[in-house]
Amino acid sequence: MEFKTPEQEISRFRGRVLAASVFVFFCFGLLVARFVWLQVIKHDYYSTRAEDNRISLMPIVPNRGLIVDRNGLVLARNYSAYTLEITPGRVKDLDATIDALAGIVDIQPKDRKRFKKLVEESKTFESLPIRNRLTDEEVARFVAQRYRFPGVDIKARLFRQYPEGEFASHVLGYIGRINDKEKARIEEDDDRAANYRGTEHIGKSGLEQSYEDELHGTTGFEQIEVDAGGRAVRSLARIPPVPGRKLVLTLDSQLQKIAEAAFGNRRGALVAIEPGTGGVLALVSKPTFDPNLFVDGIDPQNWDALNNSPDHPLIHRAISASYPPGSTFKPFMATAALMTGKRTPSQAISDPGYFWFGGHQFRDDKKGGHGSVDMAKSIIVSCDTYYYALANDMGIDSIARTLGQFGLGSRTGIDIGGEATGVLPSPEWKKKRFKRPELQKWYAGETISVGIGQGYNSYTMLQMAHATATLATGGVMYRPHLVKYVQDPRTNDKRVIEPEPIKTIPIKPEHVKVIHEAMVGVIKYGTGARAFAGAPYVAAGKTGTAQVFSLKGGKYESHKLGERLRDHALFIAFAPVEAPKIALAVLVENGGFGAESAAPIVRQVLDYYLLGKIPEGAAPEQPGAE
Amino acid sequence: MILQRLWRRIAAPIDPFLFSLLMMLIGFTTVVQLSASPDRIQAQLINTGVALAAMWMVANISPQRLQMLALPLYVVGVLLLVAVALFGQVSKGAQRWLDLGIMRIQPSELLKIAMPLMLAWYFQIREGSLAVRDFVVATVLLAIPVGLIAKQPDLGTAILVLSAGLFVIFFAGLSWKLIAPVMLAGAVGVGAIIATEDKICAPDVQWPGLREYQKHRVCTLLDPTSDPLGKGFHTIQSEIAIGSGGLLGKGWRNGTQTQLEFIPERHTDFVFAVIAEEFGLIGNIGLLFTFLLVILRGLLIAANGATVFGRLLAGAISLSFFTYAFVNMGMVSGILPVVGVPLPLVSYGGTALVTLCLGLGILMSIARHRTLLQK
Repeated sequence: MEFKTPEQEISRFRGRVLAASVFVFFCFGLLVARFVWLQVIKHDYYSTRAEDNRISLMPIVPNRGLIVDRNGLVLARNYSAYTLEITPGRVKDLDATIDALAGIVDIQPKDRKRFKKLVEESKTFESLPIRNRLTDEEVARFVAQRYRFPGVDIKARLFRQYPEGEFASHVLGYIGRINDKEKARIEEDDDRAANYRGTEHIGKSGLEQSYEDELHGTTGFEQIEVDAGGRAVRSLARIPPVPGRKLVLTLDSQLQKIAEAAFGNRRGALVAIEPGTGGVLALVSKPTFDPNLFVDGIDPQNWDALNNSPDHPLIHRAISASYPPGSTFKPFMATAALMTGKRTPSQAISDPGYFWFGGHQFRDDKKGGHGSVDMAKSIIVSCDTYYYALANDMGIDSIARTLGQFGLGSRTGIDIGGEATGVLPSPEWKKKRFKRPELQKWYAGETISVGIGQGYNSYTMLQMAHATATLATGGVMYRPHLVKYVQDPRTNDKRVIEPEPIKTIPIKPEHVKVIHEAMVGVIKYGTGARAFAGAPYVAAGKTGTAQVFSLKGGKYESHKLGERLRDHALFIAFAPVEAPKIALAVLVENGGFGAESAAPIVRQVLDYYLLGKIPEGAAPEQPGAE
Repeated sequence: MILQRLWRRIAAPIDPFLFSLLMMLIGFTTVVQLSASPDRIQAQLINTGVALAAMWMVANISPQRLQMLALPLYVVGVLLLVAVALFGQVSKGAQRWLDLGIMRIQPSELLKIAMPLMLAWYFQIREGSLAVRDFVVATVLLAIPVGLIAKQPDLGTAILVLSAGLFVIFFAGLSWKLIAPVMLAGAVGVGAIIATEDKICAPDVQWPGLREYQKHRVCTLLDPTSDPLGKGFHTIQSEIAIGSGGLLGKGWRNGTQTQLEFIPERHTDFVFAVIAEEFGLIGNIGLLFTFLLVILRGLLIAANGATVFGRLLAGAISLSFFTYAFVNMGMVSGILPVVGVPLPLVSYGGTALVTLCLGLGILMSIARHRTLLQK
């Protein structure tokens, strides 16, 4: 480096100072540009983000609506219980905190699993339950040591409860934690998604599911200013929630109880309908289960017990299962015969005890036959031969068309889900049902079995009760429904589910009378006479026995068959015949003859409903007002 | 009479222009800290008093005597750094502190002054016979403490010490032929890092010579959203604070990001976000302008310095002040990686305040002795 004079030295230094100044200006210019970018150009964006930081919308979950029966007995309610809750954003080491908490309150591995799932799904400043339904002792123990647990608190939350336990569980259904599939469905609709923020439970089955929108209510929101740690600083605004509406059912709890009790340990279903309105008075499926088990997620043991039980208590037998109607089909066949003009009431056949068709003998259950049988007698003695011949004369298409009008083989449209369609057999149905061409063909012999309610016939008890109610009214059909009205708990405004006449089937009154009288005959001196001995009201009914096990020749001997292979017993009835107040259908699985096991159940139900008589052994319970 | 003489004695070493700027900044700092961290305001005022006293004392020392301190300070500083490396206390993952029994000191802080002092002294004694060799020696003198500090690791301080030393070397007349390629290489390097961000920020890529957290800082700078709850949180939240402040700001103590504690380290390294949120663009530019005046005043003092030592030292101190301001505001506003550099005179913390005021004191001393030494 060459030598420089001090003057040169200074001038070079000053050049460097100038260069440094330019650099400083340049860098500060960069900063100014950055500030302008952030504070002027992107100001709106960052303002929104600052507000999002600051303001947290906390949902206020509405109280779920109550479910009460027609007399006000509470079937589903909410009760307040203490939960232990953690706000993850305020806790440094979640696992350590939970471990420490486990020393004070009982925390099971399943609680931890559930909590972990909740943490993954929610924002860190939300308070999440680790344990539900703390005992008073646990609450006291935690409160004494609360200082050790910042970010952990006890809160009062509402829980769903079904106070009657296993009673009417298929009707009520249950709520459970919202699962991923349900969540995805909720999130398809933005409004619905907003309304379910904070909601943990949703109706899974029964009325809880079908009336979910009414029961849920509208979620309220509180605008809270929060700090970086998720602590609420102050409330900015509050939109109160709108509680869910109350369901008042057409169901009569006492009737339902008597019916459930009448089944004892037997499996089966009973549906009772008010013929003039379609209101469902009882909807029984036995065995039942305790819906309370499902509310907070059922534990594996109980689930296995329910799911793997050979009795299948979770199946709603009254609406989701269909059964061959057996002889309870006959009054409808007779009605169809009158409607289509294929028979007159007095037209009689001579019954030799069998019906020959296509080289096959269709047997009557009475050896030697019933002698001369007209329409009334065919119902009273349940003469198979009469209906073999009738079915053959009518033909399958006419049978399907006419009986289809009674709603058989199609869903009734009742206001809970899970309804099965059942099968009203026809060549078209068979074509759809079977894939292989050789199975698709309809054989004339199949029509013969259809005539006595066997063959492919298969209906839900709801359909049978529905058709019976329609028969009882002389052809006016109402849509069956469980809810009488929906009530707003704040204003008490009611939305009444009006009886909805679907249609009127054209049956001549004199024909209706013939069928009604024949069915009264069944009760008075026919197959139902024993069960109804001494009844002070006039009821109309029909017994039925549906084959579970197909017998190829030989006599049916129930005691030799396994219990599960025994026939199903059925009974349909309505009363009083002059002005029907109740129509019902009953099925006792593997109950044998309808007259033996199903008819006595109907007797108890009618005795209570028409006379107020409470059978011995059934716990008489005064429906308490809510 | 006595009071007048006393006043003259006190005021004599003070550069009125610098002092006015300093007072403005201290006043502003007090206002800002009352919003960001009112609990610490008393401690901050005590720190300020100590720092002003230190500044006054240094301003009283002539550059010639400062020159004599250069070598011993440097040697002591380097020895202490070695001691830190051997016996230092580990806190927050870094070994920066030395426990002397009665007090804990952070020797790296000393180097912020000792480094430019040493190099300015070196170039002073080599005045007139400057050779390329001297720049090599200067570079070695610089590399030793910077390496020790970077190893602690304390990237922020290392950058400040390194830049202070480089400024001296720059002002001493390092050839542009050497500076230009280095700057160009730097620019290309930064450009390359930004362009290949996706690849080099992949989790399994190791950066030679840098620690994992330093890589993380650079990567979160390039894309803060890559780690919104972790390392990127600071940058995201401070950008939100700055951006939401807008033109005029949300008003003193009305910044939601500040008051609801969304800004981390809001009284120390990120205090600028508080200013930007509550006083807006106007406040930012006002502060920037004040800093600019301090720097320009310092550079003017340097340009008029009587000796090589004075000129180099004043220039380096002025640009150090600039480095503090630029790096801090750059990192808070998201254009530079987050390194631990405080906002000069505004961030809470006694050590940095004292160091900066010592620097200003040195500037004042050089300013005052300019005329005395000129013939």
